[in-house]
Amino acid sequence: MSNKYEVIIGVEIHVQLKTKSKMFCSCAVEFGANPNTNVCPICMGLPGTLPTVNDKAIELAVKVGLALNCTIVEHSTFARKHYFYPDLPKGYQITQYKEPLAVNGFVEVAGTKILIRRLHVEEDSGKSIHSDKESLVDFNRCGVPLIEVVTEPDIRSPEQAVQYLHTLRQILHYLDVSDCDMEKGHFRCEPNISLRPIGQIKFGVRTELKNLNSLRNVREGLEYEINRQATILDEGGKVVQETLYWDEQTKTAGTMRGKEESEDYRYFLEPDLPVLVISKERITTLFKTLPLLPQQRKNVLVEKFEIPNNIAEIIIESKEFADYFDAVMKYCPNYKLVANWLVTEVRSILNEKAITIKDFSISPNQLANLLNMLNENKITGPVAKDIFVEMMNCRKSAQEIAEATGLFLIEDDILLSKIVDEVLNENPDIVTKYKTGKTAVIGFLVGAVLRKTQGKFAPDKVSEMILKHIAGK
Amino acid sequence: MSYQDFGSFTIRALHQKIKAREIKFTDIIFSVFEKIKKEDEKISAFITLFEEESYQQAQQLDETIKERDNLHPLLGIPFAIKDNICVKGSLATCGSKILANFISPYDATVVTRLKNAGIIIIGKTNMDEFGMGSSTETSYYGPVANPIDNSCVPGGSSGGSAAVIAYHGALGALGTDTGGSVRLPASFCGVVGLKPTYGRVSRYGLIAFASSLDCIGPITKTADDAAIILSTIAGHDEYDATSVKIPTNKPICNPNAIKEYTIGIPEEYFAEGLDSNVAHVVEKTITELKKRCKAVKKISLPHTKYTVATYYLICTAEASSNLARYDGVKYGLRIMGENLISLYEKTRQDGFGTEVKRRILLGTYGLSKGYYDEYYGTAQKVRTLIEQDFDEAFKTCNVIITPTAPTPPFKLGEKISDPLAMYLSDVFTTSPSLAGLPAISIPGIGLAGNFPVGVQIIGPAFGEEYILNCASAIEQINE
Repeated sequence: MSNKYEVIIGVEIHVQLKTKSKMFCSCAVEFGANPNTNVCPICMGLPGTLPTVNDKAIELAVKVGLALNCTIVEHSTFARKHYFYPDLPKGYQITQYKEPLAVNGFVEVAGTKILIRRLHVEEDSGKSIHSDKESLVDFNRCGVPLIEVVTEPDIRSPEQAVQYLHTLRQILHYLDVSDCDMEKGHFRCEPNISLRPIGQIKFGVRTELKNLNSLRNVREGLEYEINRQATILDEGGKVVQETLYWDEQTKTAGTMRGKEESEDYRYFLEPDLPVLVISKERITTLFKTLPLLPQQRKNVLVEKFEIPNNIAEIIIESKEFADYFDAVMKYCPNYKLVANWLVTEVRSILNEKAITIKDFSISPNQLANLLNMLNENKITGPVAKDIFVEMMNCRKSAQEIAEATGLFLIEDDILLSKIVDEVLNENPDIVTKYKTGKTAVIGFLVGAVLRKTQGKFAPDKVSEMILKHIAGK
Repeated sequence: MSYQDFGSFTIRALHQKIKAREIKFTDIIFSVFEKIKKEDEKISAFITLFEEESYQQAQQLDETIKERDNLHPLLGIPFAIKDNICVKGSLATCGSKILANFISPYDATVVTRLKNAGIIIIGKTNMDEFGMGSSTETSYYGPVANPIDNSCVPGGSSGGSAAVIAYHGALGALGTDTGGSVRLPASFCGVVGLKPTYGRVSRYGLIAFASSLDCIGPITKTADDAAIILSTIAGHDEYDATSVKIPTNKPICNPNAIKEYTIGIPEEYFAEGLDSNVAHVVEKTITELKKRCKAVKKISLPHTKYTVATYYLICTAEASSNLARYDGVKYGLRIMGENLISLYEKTRQDGFGTEVKRRILLGTYGLSKGYYDEYYGTAQKVRTLIEQDFDEAFKTCNVIITPTAPTPPFKLGEKISDPLAMYLSDVFTTSPSLAGLPAISIPGIGLAGNFPVGVQIIGPAFGEEYILNCASAIEQINE
């Protein structure tokens, strides 16, 4: 794309909340259950049924609002949004319209504030399953609690959009309010995009993009749409306001509906639900339950424990990983050593096994024991790595493995002295080289001693002893 | 078997006989079904009857009820339920073709409470389709006739429930009242109809017409019977977020309590359009009450003239939303089309009657982009003004008395093709509905031709006690 245009992106996100039961009835929320098994007269919208609000969903939504620095609206209202579709059994969705649960927040993304316009709660629809000859509906998902988070048009590039989504997802993970699995539809992103010539204040005509079910699709979809709009504008054309549907296969977006077809949802206040009151006291109480969020935890790592920024960034990537780090730190005072080990050894094992820290078999305490042995010079680094691999395989403690295989460093100066003598006698030419000033050969001698002792002596000690002996010769 | 008309008893009187072991439950059921068989062919008050089940239940009661001291006053009482209230395992048609095959898989909360009290549900009653009508002529199952004069309408939309009580086919009935649908038929059939305060009785299981107005209420022979039913069905329900946690008083009506009451008479309700015979009965009733109460005073409800318009904007808007679910996809009528849209169109085209379609269209229009503020938005504001009128009035009086309907019952077919004339039948009943207030219709003193004339007593929010006491005072005068 040419640099003539400024990209303007706003994002609407739907997040499935992790509650045990649905938004307006007591049916279980569970992914992958047999079709139409988690349903009742209420979520099926049977005649005569009424919704009642799941307070847990409200609690989670308020927490998200607070974590996104929003103002929580003490008196918010529910509304009905009407449209006809078989997976919407009442003919309307219960959502929030004029008075949403939370407003005016922000998220910090790589130093930039992205403003959050509003956050509200609503119910999910069912799922339509189409085949050539028939269409079926599964109502299990119908009534599952969702929050919708809407940004101001503050995002200026696909990269930033992806960063925003990443940050938001991270926050939601830390709050433990959603599994945020995009492919399972827990976290659905609908961006809107417009371009304007650099320097122009008025926004251009925007389009909306749907069906982006991975961060990659978001990036590719946005790039595609930006190029498409830029080409139209370059050719002197006009962008048409419409909703586009991203096709992952062809990597193109087709028109889903135009402005003329834009539906009139006939919103009005949901008469079956009273005003949703969230008292100041409750907001304060919930605020106190918020965990440290990713940015806050990173700051603690960098400022208090002097862990480098890039390593801290990796540690806070997931809450579980950061929690694991904290747990190891409790038993091992060398924070930098812990940090380095986590982002190198532990991470590479996790990647290799394609598991997350939750499924990692070595407990924080066990890992701390290993790192303590290393920290106290009881073992060498390479030995520590060997023990670590062994711990993964046999589930024994570092201590046990080290003892069983005799991997502990030996502090026997007489023995070391004897072996050093042997090595020096076996390599008189190397000793000569050293004496003539080629001090780099010391490494060869150290290596020879370590080989003879199977690494049971600390390298710096070996090196010290060699120097002493050469000096004495 | 000797036949006694147990249907002519009040609930209270029959309960005394039950307690005194003077009658068998099966005899009661026999008696009401004899009556129904004799009357209902011309009246068409029922859509569904549960004769066999009723006998079984009565038989079981005869066998099991030994201790008769602490029986619920509704135990064994034959009951009719309007067909927009769900009874598990039974049809709930709402008088509509679109729900002609809909069997409810659950009980409405009111039904659960009545069943727990031991009522015997003898049938589901005919009604205006989805409660939309003032004459019970819009039912898919045909019109209901007025038991007093079969050529006249019974009023609507709970015409079936009112007619059954009037012809003694049941001792208690449930109706539903959105803008007068319990009170108007009670007035036309010469029985008692109570619309409780909005939120007093759970709506769970009441198939919605206009959710912010719909109320379930009893139709009975006496205020006392209405009080018994109200106290049984009222109270907070965890399944209805709009039901309130205010305790309900004991079901005792005290006619002497009116000694302390100031009765308000709103001048706007005695204006042009009020039938002179109706006016006469209401005035006579007021005159008699005046001798027994603390004071009668003129009051003003200045926004009365906007009530019908306001009511019809709000109820149609909500109806257009509530009836969206009848799309042929999940239950009820389905007429296949070549695609989804045509399935919707054909099903709704064929499944809904004219009046229902008219209201869905009106309501859809009133909520549309660009019209919302002008119609629905404005109506909501006026609704608040109407509420304030009553708030103001109840600062100086305990109850307000008006006619229930502007005319005596009209002929079947007389107004069915003139919706506006029909809507005006609700002119006096819609304002308490909009304000969410309790109101009762009770036969006044005197007749209009052959017909009793309903007097409407309106109370302050959650002041059912006041209107029941006042109603029983009128009953006492009439005795």
